[in-house]
Amino acid sequence: MIALVALFQRDLRLMLRRPADIVVVLAFFIVATALFPLGIGPEQNLLARIAAGILWCAALFAALLSLDRLFASDYEDGALDLLLLAPGALELAALAKCTAHWIVTGLPLAVLAPLLGLAFGLDEGALAAVAATLLVGTPTLSLIGGLAAALTLGARRSGALLALLALPLNVPTLIFGSSAIEAVTTGMGFAVHLAILAALALIALATLPWAIAAALRQAGE
Amino acid sequence: MAAAVGLSLEVTDLACRRGGRMVFDHISFAVEGGEFLLLTGPNGSGKTTLLRALARLGRTESGTISWRGADIAWLGHLDGLKGDLTVAENIDVAERLRSGRLPDRARVNEALAAFDLSSLASRAVRTLSAGQRRRAALARVAASLSNAWLLDEPLNALDQTAQGCLRKVLGKHLALGGLAIAATHASIDIAGTRRLELAA
Repeated sequence: MIALVALFQRDLRLMLRRPADIVVVLAFFIVATALFPLGIGPEQNLLARIAAGILWCAALFAALLSLDRLFASDYEDGALDLLLLAPGALELAALAKCTAHWIVTGLPLAVLAPLLGLAFGLDEGALAAVAATLLVGTPTLSLIGGLAAALTLGARRSGALLALLALPLNVPTLIFGSSAIEAVTTGMGFAVHLAILAALALIALATLPWAIAAALRQAGE
Repeated sequence: MAAAVGLSLEVTDLACRRGGRMVFDHISFAVEGGEFLLLTGPNGSGKTTLLRALARLGRTESGTISWRGADIAWLGHLDGLKGDLTVAENIDVAERLRSGRLPDRARVNEALAAFDLSSLASRAVRTLSAGQRRRAALARVAASLSNAWLLDEPLNALDQTAQGCLRKVLGKHLALGGLAIAATHASIDIAGTRRLELAA
């Protein structure tokens, strides 16, 4: 337990000592979202209708930006060997790292998204849905991204490969995340969508740490 | 320091393959507490592969590795230090990860002093030179409560003074009943050294 807390604290501390890395992710999210009104034109009705999809896609891309360093820095400086040798379960260590990643990217994205939704003319109900779906959906993105990051360790052009692996796997989360917001704007509730997102997150939580640990062991050999 | 009673390593008929090629086979040796084994041999003879296999970081083709009473500390050819953390923070988090326990303050300070790092303890590792980093990585091993040290090229980037520090720390570790195995192409001569020469 002490080992896990140490790892979690270490990762948080490392990320907070490089605030620029977090700011870049959030700035990318803002800029990517702001490009759509410029490209599509300022028609309010159209923008409000597609806002959900835009916010979710932009959040997905922004989360990807920071994932390539999740395990790569440990791989490059030899700290991965120390993780592999730690007596506790590597699965829990992988989970601790993904959790730290979620806290510094997923959580700020979920907080920032409703503010951007406001600029798209979304009403209060839809804004709440944006925040809620991202809050429940982004842990899945961090875990799936963690698996892609672990699988691409040591590969050439691992960033591009990571995106190629992670994006298709994130499709279910993307579909239910953005359709929840659409459901709210058309007058229906989004409880069902949220439940499915939570189910996806739980499935990811129950399976992916094992897959990530296996990929890390493979990379360590 | 963990009790050294019964600390031993026995390797029988070990073979390792790397990239489809058999790096070495039929390797057998035994090491006990208080002994220092130096793995020597030309580049590509499998020193690192053998050391990683001993740490159970690498896969073996056949043969057995049996540790008894060992609590391993690992120093790879990479330092395993995080550049944005200070030397003291690195040692602290590494020991908590390795043993699941809080590090022993007195031991940490002693290890820092032994490698002449006391004044650098609160410096971020990325601001240090290669030799200073190597010393910090060695201090991480020395500060641990481990009784079995596995060191891959510990002399890398070390100057004469630092090499002397390492010999002194290793000597003390062995005198307390610890065991150490180092892969190196240079030589570290201290009392109780045995050699295992790997052929290319």
